[in-house]
Amino acid sequence: MSSIVYLTRKAEFSASHLYHNPAFSAEENRRVFGKCNNPNGHGHNYVLEVTVKGEVDTTTGFVVDLKKLKDLMHSEVLDALDHRFLNKEIPEFFTLIPTTENIAIVCWQRLAPKLTAAKLHRVRVYETPDLFADFYGEA
Amino acid sequence: MKVYLTRRYAFSASHRLHNGAFTEDENRATYGKCNNPYGHGHNYFIEITVSGAVDPQTGMVCNLADLDGWVRENILERYDHQDLNHLTEFAKKVPTTENLCVEIYELLHRGFKKAHLDRVRIEETMMNSFEYSGESQR
Repeated sequence: MSSIVYLTRKAEFSASHLYHNPAFSAEENRRVFGKCNNPNGHGHNYVLEVTVKGEVDTTTGFVVDLKKLKDLMHSEVLDALDHRFLNKEIPEFFTLIPTTENIAIVCWQRLAPKLTAAKLHRVRVYETPDLFADFYGEA
Repeated sequence: MKVYLTRRYAFSASHRLHNGAFTEDENRATYGKCNNPYGHGHNYFIEITVSGAVDPQTGMVCNLADLDGWVRENILERYDHQDLNHLTEFAKKVPTTENLCVEIYELLHRGFKKAHLDRVRIEETMMNSFEYSGESQR
C-alpha cells in the first residue's frame, strides 16, 4: 500500500493590474470595481501556492522532485507574471479580468498540462494576506 | 469554473468559559484559566470562504465590496470590542470559539445572499483554529 501525500510549494511574484470590463460604461466599471478600476493600475505582492498530490516514491521518498516543481513554477508562471502589468502583458488577461479568481485559474491552466510527475491538486493565489482564491480544476 | 474565495477579517473580544449548570470545581476542571471570573480577551481572525463560478462579466465569485460591507455591518460591528458573554446568542451557550464559529456561519448563511457560503474558520490565537462548514451529525 502506498501513501498519498499532498505537497505544497510557495512562491512570490509582484505584478500590477486593474479591473475593467470594456462592455461596461465608465460609471458601471467604477461602481462594480471601485478603486480597482483606477486607469493606470496598481500592484500586489502575490503569493502562489501549488499543491500536488501523489504516492510517495519508495526509492526517493518524494511525491515529486521539489526542484522540478520549483523550476516548472518559474518557467510557466513566475517568469511570465513577475514584475508585469497583467492586463497589458499576459495574453490570457487581454480578455479576462485579472481578478485573484482568474489568476488562480490561469496559473492552474499553465501548470496542469506540464506537470507530469504528480497530480496538480490545488492552486492558491494570495493577493494580500487577507484575500486568497483556491482553484481545484473543478468545472 | 468553480473557485473558492477566502477573505480574512479581525476583531477583538473578551469571553469567559463558564457553564452555569456546573459546580465551581467542574467549571475549573473543564475550562481551566478560561474560567477566570472576569474573563479575558483575544484577537480573533475570521476567514470566510465563498465559492461558485467566476462571473465572466466581473471575473469574480463574489464582489468583495459586498462581502466586506456585509461582514463589517453584521459581524464586526456585532462582535468587535464586545464581551461575548453579554450577547444574546451566548446567554445560554458558552462562548467557546466552536460556538462562535457556528454563530457566525449561521449569520452569514441566513443573511448573506450574494455568494454560496462554504466555510467559516476562526483563529482564536495563533495556535488554535476552528472551522465550520454547516455539517451536522445526528
